[in-house]
Amino acid sequence: MLDDKDRIFQNIYGLKDTSLAGAKAVGDWDGTKDLIKKGREWIVDEMKASGLRGRGGAGFSTGMKWSFMPKESGGRPVFLVINADEGEPGTCKDREILRNEPHKLVEGALLASVGIGAGAAYVYVRGEFLREAEALQRAVDEAYADGLIGKNACGSGYDFDMYVQLGAGAYICGEESALIQSLEGKKGQPRLKPPFPANVGLYGCPTTVNNVESIAVAPTILRRGATWFTSFGRENNSGTKLFCISGHVNTPCTVEESMSIPLKELIETHAGGVQGGWDNLLAIIPGGCSVPMLPRNICETVLMDFDGLSEVKSGLGTAAVIVMDKSTDLVSAIARFSHFYSHESCGQCTPCREGTGWMARMMDRMVKGEMTIDEIDLLEQVTKQVEGHTICALGDAAAWPIQGLLRHFRPEIERRLENRQSIDSGKAA
Amino acid sequence: MPTLTIDGIEVEVEAGLTVLQACEQAGIEIPRFCYHERLSVAGNCRMCLVEMERAPKPVASCAMPVGDGMVITTNSPAVKKMREGVMEFLLINHPLDCPICDQGGECDLQDQALGYGLDRSRYTEQKRAVKDKDLGPLIGTEMTRCIHCTRCIRFSSEVAGVPEMGATGRGEHMEVGTYIEKALTSELSGNMIDLCPVGALTSKPYAFSARPWELKKTESIDVMDAVGTAIRVDTRGPEVMRVLPRLNEDVNEEWISDKGRFACDGLKRQRLDTPYVRRDGALQPATWDDAFAAIAENLKGQDGSSFAAIAGDMACVESMTALKNLSEALGSNNTDCRADGAALDAGTRAGYLFNTTIAGIDDSDACLIIGSNPRREAPVINARIRKRYLMGGFKAGLVGESVDLTYACDNLGAGVETLNEILEGKHAFSKVLKNAKKPMLILGQGALMRSDGAAVLGLARKLAEAYDMVTDGWNGFNVLHTAAARVGGLDIGFVPSKGGLDVAGILDGAVSGKIKTVYLLGADEIDTSKLANAFVIYQGHHGDAGAHAADVVLPGAAYTEKNATYVNTEGRIQHTRLAVFPPGDAREDWTIIRALSDVLGKTLPCNSLDDVRSRMAAMNPVFGGEELVTAEWGTFGSDGAIESGGFASCIETYYMTDPISRNSETMARCIRALYGDSEGKTGTDG
Repeated sequence: MLDDKDRIFQNIYGLKDTSLAGAKAVGDWDGTKDLIKKGREWIVDEMKASGLRGRGGAGFSTGMKWSFMPKESGGRPVFLVINADEGEPGTCKDREILRNEPHKLVEGALLASVGIGAGAAYVYVRGEFLREAEALQRAVDEAYADGLIGKNACGSGYDFDMYVQLGAGAYICGEESALIQSLEGKKGQPRLKPPFPANVGLYGCPTTVNNVESIAVAPTILRRGATWFTSFGRENNSGTKLFCISGHVNTPCTVEESMSIPLKELIETHAGGVQGGWDNLLAIIPGGCSVPMLPRNICETVLMDFDGLSEVKSGLGTAAVIVMDKSTDLVSAIARFSHFYSHESCGQCTPCREGTGWMARMMDRMVKGEMTIDEIDLLEQVTKQVEGHTICALGDAAAWPIQGLLRHFRPEIERRLENRQSIDSGKAA
Repeated sequence: MPTLTIDGIEVEVEAGLTVLQACEQAGIEIPRFCYHERLSVAGNCRMCLVEMERAPKPVASCAMPVGDGMVITTNSPAVKKMREGVMEFLLINHPLDCPICDQGGECDLQDQALGYGLDRSRYTEQKRAVKDKDLGPLIGTEMTRCIHCTRCIRFSSEVAGVPEMGATGRGEHMEVGTYIEKALTSELSGNMIDLCPVGALTSKPYAFSARPWELKKTESIDVMDAVGTAIRVDTRGPEVMRVLPRLNEDVNEEWISDKGRFACDGLKRQRLDTPYVRRDGALQPATWDDAFAAIAENLKGQDGSSFAAIAGDMACVESMTALKNLSEALGSNNTDCRADGAALDAGTRAGYLFNTTIAGIDDSDACLIIGSNPRREAPVINARIRKRYLMGGFKAGLVGESVDLTYACDNLGAGVETLNEILEGKHAFSKVLKNAKKPMLILGQGALMRSDGAAVLGLARKLAEAYDMVTDGWNGFNVLHTAAARVGGLDIGFVPSKGGLDVAGILDGAVSGKIKTVYLLGADEIDTSKLANAFVIYQGHHGDAGAHAADVVLPGAAYTEKNATYVNTEGRIQHTRLAVFPPGDAREDWTIIRALSDVLGKTLPCNSLDDVRSRMAAMNPVFGGEELVTAEWGTFGSDGAIESGGFASCIETYYMTDPISRNSETMARCIRALYGDSEGKTGTDG
């Protein structure tokens, strides 16, 4: 178990003072000026060395992303956009940061902006997070009042502004380019890449979009050093991470742990174990509803990091661990997800617009057992026709949960359909 | 220049192209729905997916810029599978109503389904149904058929500049339409019908009337305005079913104005299909012989100077040539083609042409519009100016009525005072013109139709000269015409000669009795009440104002019914082609005049179309040469005083400007939809 002293988020449960004074008491805003003075290259190099991989789900190296920003913007302003549109079902980590550790985010935004040469940061907060946006705005106001941000931030000579913007509740606006569109006041639809936001982003200017957690951990990494951060987790999966454990566990929680912690240990240590004991476990979705589920035998040994989970054809995603015990109707659960994706598809590109609805309808019939066994193959083909063919990753996210279900529980599904059919034929006779 | 390998073929293409364009250059066709050359890239249909080496996922070729060393595969089984997958998705919610769909036979989805569709549907769920939208009288909708390619949305916001179309809702509930249900107000809206790859947006007037394979296609030229839009006339038997634009990069690209496209139903109504002679105060059907005899009777012993001829807005060069020659033979100098009274000077060709040329607008960097509303007078040219505006580094200013031209255009002032200020360098826009490398001005007919039009023309010439608009290889002086006949008429000199009378003089002469006989060649846009005392011969295709005032009516051919020459506002010489025969006893126009000349004993020496055309070339060498020649700069216009008072556009109601559009039911519906029923309501209405 991670030592308390190694936890980046000292006040993630909000048990201490969340104001600027409280934040300073746990070490925030300590020597920020010196960190800024070390310069843009040092910040980016240190972040690269820390091996921090984006905490929003895709797991792209944060330092690398920052290094893609043009050194010369050609007179265009440069922006940092922070993605606080936390909408992935099962995920509740950014929310805690906004509520209880907003100063980590503000300080991180300043340091990240120095790292990418941005003069302003926009935080796009999920529409439902009204209180969280208020908490963040309070922190921003406090930081302005204290001279930590604004003109001559922290007395470093760096000018930096920070704005908080509420979204309107669309899941797709958590996709970085759709978020930019929405922030510009347009319909929230993902943009084509290339051009990438680093070249043409917010208002056509160079932009980096980062997840709240990625930004919020940056100050601590820079203060304590990349080597400290890499001391946790396996190679290429370093650091600590907020895990959100929900579902059929005894004590659901959001907890900061070392990367690469075994899934079983994570649940047993922090969530009080599976309800009814480990043997009552049916399946776990390890990274938010967009990643394929894992059956118990894999959960037994799998390590919670990017590479470990992708080896078992799932993903770390947002590290939202959804635990389902044997009372769960998995088909019904995945059907619910399918409806979610169908509802949240932006409708821009064909495979996602048409495919998500088709998948949801087939899942509905699977729930009711009104499906032939051949149609399971059809469903799988449809998921394959959507996956990888869309503008953004929502198509993939809609396909993967179904693929996970079919991969691990096909015999159960077939039995379900056969039972239903025998009931039907019994009625007919 | 990047080199790519596409399906094993190495091709070198220009940098900045997309993979899809590179594939086309390599001769490989990529299926697509949302991609269109003239619209921004949306990349949403996903039909154009190809495999790219080292890319983890297939890429949308329409959106991927080419890079050196790219290896693209478009013919692998995986790519075929992707296309089949996308096609299946497009079809699951597309209704199976091809047999009753107007797009049938010219449908992109149908065509591509042939290549990539499965033989049966695997989709057993309920299909989506979408409520229809009402987009006004021109565009019929069947939104259930929509495949959400967003071409119409991009067209309206990018090309037309009237962002009325958009998508509401998301996912499979996304619907394309106007946000608030209303009729489209763009003058170019009909182009969305051509852009729509399926039958979601179709032509309302043409609905359920024909199949593309039963239509005979004739390539021709539009004469509803002076742009000279390239069109294709689709006919079935004796009927013009529809008009579609053709590609002409120099003129209309691939767009057409709504009037050009939809007014063709006016060709079927109120047509003159037999000669008429006024007897006992009423026009009565007659034979050609009777009609000619009546004219001969009237002209017998009459002095040539009391004969006058006015050519209307749709007269072809051939008929004007014949009529001009006939007038001369009769001894009359009273010929005029400027029915609207615009003070155009036929002496200097550069003085009445759109010298910059339409394609030349792309090179200009500042534009001064004087007394014109190009959006109504020439929607296609206006779209070209908007296109130039969107490219950036372009400033436009307008002297005249304040109007929305779909691009930023400062209203500089109302009239001549502003022009003088600009000329004297006192106006803010003077600086813009001074700093511009290729400035241009557009002079509208509204500014020339005034009594002091000649002075306005002279002032415009001075402006052009003062701001170096005319240099080597660049002429920024432009007259924007609204009548298809005008430039051709001026080119052959269909204007008063040797002290002859102009239109105003002819009309006044008709009142005073000095003019005894007036020959109206399709001239309807004149004050016919002044012709009451004169003997009026009307030759034309519609029973409009001119025919009502006539004593003899000679039925002629409309532009779809003759092989005729028209010169557009740039001075581009183009030909219409006979798509259908003129109705009943109506004849091609020059042959009528040729036949009449015979009866009058002044036989014209033209026995074939070639004869007339060589006659035209003799009168003005431009007709014997290239399609478009640069005109020499010269002196034109006058120095006279100009009255104060603002300039106004010459067009009030875009949808009805000529006999054809006035007789078009579709155009009448447009007016009702956009301007409301301001008149004609009775107590029993509604």
